Amino acid sequence: MRSREPVGIAGYGAYVPRYRASTASISATWRPAGAAAAAVGEISVAGHDEDVVTMAIEAARTAVDRSAVDPATIGAVWVGTESKPYAVKPSATLVAEALGITPGVVAADMEFACKAGSEAMQAAVAFVGAGMVDATLAIGMDTAQSKPGDALEYTAGCGGAAFLFTPAEASLATVEASVSHVTDTADFFRREGASYPEHGGRFTGEPSYFEHTLAASRRLLAELGAEPGDFAHAVFHQPVPKFVLRAATALGFSHEQIGAGLLAPRMGNAYAGSSLLGLAAVFDVAKPGDRIFFCSYGSGAGSDAFSFRVTDRITARRQGPAVTDYLDRRREIVDYGHYLRLRGKIRRA
Amino acid sequence: MDLPRYHRLRSAYYRLEGQRCASCDTLQFPARARCGSCGGNAFEDHRLSGRGTVYSYTEMTQAPAGFPPPYLMALVRLEEGVLLAAQLTDIDAHEVEIGMPVEMVTRRLREHGPRGFLVYGYKFRPLLGRRLVS
Ligand SMILES: [Zn+2]
Repeated sequence: MRSREPVGIAGYGAYVPRYRASTASISATWRPAGAAAAAVGEISVAGHDEDVVTMAIEAARTAVDRSAVDPATIGAVWVGTESKPYAVKPSATLVAEALGITPGVVAADMEFACKAGSEAMQAAVAFVGAGMVDATLAIGMDTAQSKPGDALEYTAGCGGAAFLFTPAEASLATVEASVSHVTDTADFFRREGASYPEHGGRFTGEPSYFEHTLAASRRLLAELGAEPGDFAHAVFHQPVPKFVLRAATALGFSHEQIGAGLLAPRMGNAYAGSSLLGLAAVFDVAKPGDRIFFCSYGSGAGSDAFSFRVTDRITARRQGPAVTDYLDRRREIVDYGHYLRLRGKIRRA
Repeated sequence: MDLPRYHRLRSAYYRLEGQRCASCDTLQFPARARCGSCGGNAFEDHRLSGRGTVYSYTEMTQAPAGFPPPYLMALVRLEEGVLLAAQLTDIDAHEVEIGMPVEMVTRRLREHGPRGFLVYGYKFRPLLGRRLVS
């Protein structure tokens, strides 16, 4: 898919909370002594005063500040998440209010499990590319949910990123093309009123993550007439690091190409924030002229793949906190009980 | 806090919007009926930068209902000269220093039980990373 008018990203911002829980502390509670180490060493954990709204506001402020775009020209704000603070009441209106851009703005929350953020990116490209508005904000952010003791608890992290889309001539990276690939696959879901998601055993992995990631990626490469070797960086959704390595290898991307955007080893899987945060980390280091390959995955199921080309403006658009500034300001949570309290899994009676 | 009051205070809570006195140019936050400097009563809205330094602070161990202790309260001197009271976040008491650079962040201030509305507003945390231009 390509928009009528060329579109790009004018500003980007990331957020990762300060707390880290070691997966060893989770293992110590739930697994027998001597059990194999978890897929990631530690996961990022939102503080007691943080949620998707506060994290989205910070990433959005950085994106707008870096862009040099007048906030008054932002015509749409979408927050993609699966951990909304309110089940009914948009997160996006709060973000818009904090940016001071209400009331003349389109605002809503997107829902598509872990690809809700890239869904917002697709819509953002379309709104700007159609000339309906001058700028759109697409955010993917999660405080990833998991049942106590479940396999997901060892990887569910918190964080995400925001991207401000504008016409290509003002951008730090232009959008070359995008595709979407979806099917009805119940690999992971959370019913209304349920606190934690369920994941469907044999549907995890092969028929879900790999099927959709590989299909969307191959279709985008075909549409572009491009080869994996044409890209300086490639970013994928990151349930666990080995999934990313396997998908990248199957497509023909090297370990070097996925290195900059692979954050799961340091913070786990931030669900709808995961691939967008990886893209932000790539923008932190990309050079003018670089092409960037991006492919999300969301259960339910689907993938959005994008191709970007970095412009000369990138070097002037990196003021403010880099992804590594957030990852480096870590404060370790010592015990599992403190982790449970911060994540709201236990409450004072 | 009741919902109508929270609704009225959104611009101050989310964006640090205060006032500039039309007669003497003094900035004040939060908004008041009279200028603390000249007594004037005509103002224009003024959004504060959100950057400043810790002027003073204390750890709250006895706290009002809805604010689980302990937490840190500070007086923050903003770049514009305005002094305001706010919670510090993402920092422990032993890490705070008078004069340390801080920046405004929007955080959850309180919730009214598991079914009630959430109150979001400003707190300050240690300045993170390279400073933004705007
Ligand atoms: Zn005055």
